[in-house]
Amino acid sequence: MKKILALALAAGLALTGAAFAQAPNFDDPAEFARQKALLTTTPMGPADMPWEQYLVDGMKDTASFKKEGPYTVCFSNAGVNNPWRVVGFTDLQQEVALHPEIGELVHVDAEGSDDKQIADIDDLLAGGKCSILIVSPNTTAALTPAVEKACAVLPVIVFDRGVNTDCPVTFVHPVGGYGFGIQGAEFIAANVKKGANVLMLRILPGVDVLETRYSGGKHVLEDAGLNIVGAEFTDGDNAKTKSIVEDYLQRGTIDAVWMDAGATAVAAVEAFQDGGYPIPVFVGEDQQDYLQTWQANGMTAIAPTYPTYQWRTAIIAAVKTLKGEAVPSPEWILPQPAITMDTLDKFVNPKMPPLHYAMCGCEAMANYPTAWGGQ
Amino acid sequence: MTEQTLPHADRRKRQLPQINPVYFVLAALIVAIVVMNPAFAEPTGYMNFLKRAAPLAILAAGQLYVIVSGGFDLSVGSVITLVVVGSSILSNNDPNSTWWVIATMFAIGAGVGLINGLVVCYLKVPSLIATLGMMITLNGVAFMWSGGSPRGYLTDQFRFFGRVNISDLPLIRILPVALIVLIVLGFALYWLMHRTNLGRMIHAIGDNPRAANLAGVPVNRVRILAFIVSSLSAVAAGIMLGGFAGVSTDVGTGYELQAITAAVLGGAQLLGGRGSVPAAIAGALTLNAIFTLLNFLGLPQPIRQVVQGLILIAAVAVAMQRRKHTGR
Repeated sequence: MKKILALALAAGLALTGAAFAQAPNFDDPAEFARQKALLTTTPMGPADMPWEQYLVDGMKDTASFKKEGPYTVCFSNAGVNNPWRVVGFTDLQQEVALHPEIGELVHVDAEGSDDKQIADIDDLLAGGKCSILIVSPNTTAALTPAVEKACAVLPVIVFDRGVNTDCPVTFVHPVGGYGFGIQGAEFIAANVKKGANVLMLRILPGVDVLETRYSGGKHVLEDAGLNIVGAEFTDGDNAKTKSIVEDYLQRGTIDAVWMDAGATAVAAVEAFQDGGYPIPVFVGEDQQDYLQTWQANGMTAIAPTYPTYQWRTAIIAAVKTLKGEAVPSPEWILPQPAITMDTLDKFVNPKMPPLHYAMCGCEAMANYPTAWGGQ
Repeated sequence: MTEQTLPHADRRKRQLPQINPVYFVLAALIVAIVVMNPAFAEPTGYMNFLKRAAPLAILAAGQLYVIVSGGFDLSVGSVITLVVVGSSILSNNDPNSTWWVIATMFAIGAGVGLINGLVVCYLKVPSLIATLGMMITLNGVAFMWSGGSPRGYLTDQFRFFGRVNISDLPLIRILPVALIVLIVLGFALYWLMHRTNLGRMIHAIGDNPRAANLAGVPVNRVRILAFIVSSLSAVAAGIMLGGFAGVSTDVGTGYELQAITAAVLGGAQLLGGRGSVPAAIAGALTLNAIFTLLNFLGLPQPIRQVVQGLILIAAVAVAMQRRKHTGR
């Protein structure tokens, strides 16, 4: 048995070594510093409408794309395969409804497949109906050639995940993964004693936006002299999350929990409640169920966000482009506010579904809350 | 089977001292966990463990009915998802709805099992494909119903079975309600499988359906009942999982294979005719013990997966040793 274990360990180490050798760099000090600075940058643009704000100046003249309406806006979507994208897609549809100059929204869902999305974009181009193409890429490298091809024919707006080319009119996205990780970890560092035990919970390895959240958070926690007792993968599964936290609680105290995404945050909180432990300092995300648990228990907590309002911004950028108005470019970097104990009450709404992402910028829209599944 | 049952008197002697190897595997894992983490021997340690293992244990015991009858039920994971998603929508935050929602879910479960059984028996679709189709269909239904994101919460009353611990007890201090449910349902499933005529008929059709038919066993009816038991156990597991951890839209994913693995760990024969409910439950506990042990070891994720896979294969290999001893 010992031999088998040793063999397994060796094989495992070899495998991880190989994986790291090929892995892109998720721990880039320059990008870390840039995002850290962006978190405290004062945004430009209309106050109280963060989805129209931008953090980095630099406008692109779009006069050459100017066109008479009505417009056909084509949207190649990576998928509507998780609650974040469900909320975001609703944001986008409701934003379209605000623009009478948009005649039609053509939405094609790639269902999480690179191949399907590449074919989708080809079909949209071949159809010849689109005034503009919005792309939310499934993965960065695979979609780059398809986006380049589209750029040759049409104005293109990319949002959420990027592509490796500057050809689109703009790339709309919030500050980013490092920023998300930093916000949560800095809150923990400010609210626990030096040397405190922090448990880091992650969904799964290998996803760029999640890896950068983790490395950003880890750096801040380490620099603050905190003790990271573990970094565990939950697969986004409530039962597994709760089990992992219960197991850690058996072995020692936990003074803070950092999470790279908040969908299972309530299960993690329940592990403390059900075991009779005080709820420690918590980092979740802007899901309603977590915000409500936080409010009901008066937790010391924070919710960094990856705002779904960027789906609105994509439409706004498309309309501005077609009207020949200047847009922030080559990147339209949106503010990425965290929900804090001061602003919590503003975001809690028990009428919304559990995994409604509260940082949607959608509260004032016409069909709120019913279009988002609220009551 | 014939060889085993005919010379009754002299086989008895050899079979009595036989203990299913899964119990040794489970005991070894528990010892390893306690060595790694002595707090596991405290009531909160092992009671939490039993609480979280209970849904899979019930699911495995139900799955065993289909396996012993000579089939597979791949639809149980999607039934779990449907139960959690459906209950959260139907109960609509109303505590009074708990009982009729649970009743509705069991009715849906019975319907799913009935359809599985009818498709297998009368349309002659192999159970692997029939229940795979059911799995895809039900996942689609759950997705349509929820729109891809949970639409409601489960009430505290609904979550009682999977979440609550009865505390302040003498000696064991806490007793999870989930453990009581496991003991009650586990015993019921044990009794039905090993102490009734139905159980004997399930074994008979799994071993040799033609012989069973000639001997007067209503093969189709028994097979359909096995699928219904499996689906009902999935509903119970869904209620407990939703109770333990709350609503998510992929809660049941992967549970069908875990249930089959647990049954096989318990010595069940994949093509039917043989299996034990208590051993399947022990198999489920073993699977959970592997997971817990690796949590405590604190290995990095990729190594953990490698070790988990190897332990699993080793454990099943040990479980299969029993077959040699009984000459099968």
